[in-house]
Amino acid sequence: MSTTRSPVPDTLFLLILLLGGLGTAAHGAETLTVGYLDLADDPRYRDEYREEELRGLPWGRPYAGAELAAREARFPLAAVGLALDLRHESAAGPEELPARLAVLRQAGAAAVLVDLPGERLAALAADDLLLLNVSARDDALRQTQCRANLLHLIPAEAMYQDALAQYLVARKWRQVLVLQGPAAADAARVASFQRAAGRFGLKIVAVRPFVYGNDPRQREQNNLALLTSGADYDVLYIADAGAEFAREAAYRGQLPRPLVGAEGLLAEAWHWAWERHGAPQLNKRFRKQTGRPMDDAAWAAWLGVKALAEAALRTQSRDPAQLAAYLRGAGLVLDGFKGYRLDFRSWDGQLRQPLLLTSHNWVVERAPLEGFLHQSNNLDTLGFDRPDSRCRAGGG
Amino acid sequence: MKSMALGAGLALLLLLSSAAQARGTGYVFVSSEKDDQVVVLDGKTLERVAAIPTGKRPRWLQFDADKNKLFVAASNSNRIDIIDVASLKVERSIAGVEDPEIFDLSTDGRLLYISYEDDAEFGAVEIASGRRVAEVAVGEEPEGVKASPDGSTVYVTSEVANMVHVIDAESFQVKANILVDNRPRRFAITPDGREVWVTNELSGTVSIIDAAKNQVVGSIRFQPKGFRPEDVTPVGIVMTGDGRIAYITLGRANHVAVVDVPSRRITDLVLVGRRAWGLALSRDESRLFVANGLSDDLSVIDTASRRVIKSVPVGRVPHSVVVDD
Repeated sequence: MSTTRSPVPDTLFLLILLLGGLGTAAHGAETLTVGYLDLADDPRYRDEYREEELRGLPWGRPYAGAELAAREARFPLAAVGLALDLRHESAAGPEELPARLAVLRQAGAAAVLVDLPGERLAALAADDLLLLNVSARDDALRQTQCRANLLHLIPAEAMYQDALAQYLVARKWRQVLVLQGPAAADAARVASFQRAAGRFGLKIVAVRPFVYGNDPRQREQNNLALLTSGADYDVLYIADAGAEFAREAAYRGQLPRPLVGAEGLLAEAWHWAWERHGAPQLNKRFRKQTGRPMDDAAWAAWLGVKALAEAALRTQSRDPAQLAAYLRGAGLVLDGFKGYRLDFRSWDGQLRQPLLLTSHNWVVERAPLEGFLHQSNNLDTLGFDRPDSRCRAGGG
Repeated sequence: MKSMALGAGLALLLLLSSAAQARGTGYVFVSSEKDDQVVVLDGKTLERVAAIPTGKRPRWLQFDADKNKLFVAASNSNRIDIIDVASLKVERSIAGVEDPEIFDLSTDGRLLYISYEDDAEFGAVEIASGRRVAEVAVGEEPEGVKASPDGSTVYVTSEVANMVHVIDAESFQVKANILVDNRPRRFAITPDGREVWVTNELSGTVSIIDAAKNQVVGSIRFQPKGFRPEDVTPVGIVMTGDGRIAYITLGRANHVAVVDVPSRRITDLVLVGRRAWGLALSRDESRLFVANGLSDDLSVIDTASRRVIKSVPVGRVPHSVVVDD
């Protein structure tokens, strides 16, 4: 009867309040969609790499790293009302890649992690969608093929070779005999190593091509004793993308000299034996999830998702343009568990990062090595520094 | 007769006052991660008095309120060892605490607050029974733990989430999650409980949190001249009893920063050993002890002159230091 009474009955009012509250709570978990694109059949991944513990090769798909980071990001993102949705699309073949990317775009992906061989990534048209490269080391992707919307979590081949060269220079092992395998990747690696040798002052005494097999007619190129004869050198550098030849090369050269490159001492982005800067916790989590050690691309995929989560957390946004701007910005601090503050180079979108110099079960050193100095950031002694950059995509 | 009584009275007074000044043993305790022991030094002579065998990889050290017991996180033995300070022996252990690193005690001394790094959890363990009475989901790799002076709140850092979790010590509910800089590690709280300072190892900063608002209200960046940013890794932090000065170890920059708390200004940098983390003040605050994890020694700083007066070897990878004086 009272005129002051609200036209809406109290119980209904309460219900509206409750529903409203629930609505914002459910909706409060706004979704940050992160895409992940790969090939169902990618020749770079083979089960025997893991079974035979071949070094420098992937021991599984990097997607597991992305999953781990998505799980780690759940708690902090929830605290700002965001939920991370990792959407994985695998293309049956290269021709299907554009369609799969379109699916991710339609799902509202703020960015897409791309696990593709370099030439596939180079051919992938994505317009303004932000792509994060987790496994292609090709130097060309950072140089002439660079793109404004492409960031690289995995180091460039040049960074790997510079790290190794710094170590050899630090030890004064300057005379290097290079054995080059038949793969295109081997040629690319040798080219990158030659660049590093020139930058840091190593002398390549010879580059000798090798072939696989035991054909006696090709013994000059498949027999390690013959391949290493008639030269004096401090270290034997092997470029062998298959790692099969390199594995058999240990203890078989003419001279008692260490192996580097594909066997002996390797440069890697990540290693299961890395002990500093929280690495044991990360390695433990990854091993618990997958039953295998973390490797370079898995680390890169992990950091890719982590970077996007960090950007969403700091900007409190899931807007793709805002996230991309934050990632490319000067204030970015990423924790890659390698002990440096990581961010992206403005000139080519490459993540600055230390490299690890590893034996089969130990991290011998971390590059940049002491004494390799740069006027602004020592990490820029690895790979393509601004003056070396041939990237003209307006990435920064 | 009268003068004798006066003399006796004076003597008693002297005795009492000296007892008040040095209530404890005067010992300095340092955990040595790779030797599985806590090294005990005489606080005055800095001579080694004892080495107490503990569980594997002893790290964080903390006394109970009256300094009769010393709690030790024995990380690789998954337990907390409790040392009897009078006998210098491990008297009891709380088992089943997975990979403990940093912990705090509740103000009533009943509970042990601890971060479970591998499980992304914070937990409360009843000291008497060793039972876990509460657990709270927090961000990945929780690390630093600190109870507020009034005992109402516990602060926990997550190194991966880059957050400080504010936990109600009654209900064990998360009251707030505060985004700070990267890789937050450890805490100091002003004596009035108003400001919570947290070190951020990767960012090289301290974030200052207003405890009433649960908001970051300030930040201090450490950038000593001649050091690369990546080497400036603040971890350990203590404040003087009046809350006016904070001492912060800068990790790989091998320095302790002295900060004027009210103005938040860095007033000094003191060179110590390699990778300085743990630190502790003597009761009279004239001495600051700093554990140097990568040079296996303890730097003893005279706080008046802000100089290291002695470096003492204390076993392999010293982690934490506390003083019973």
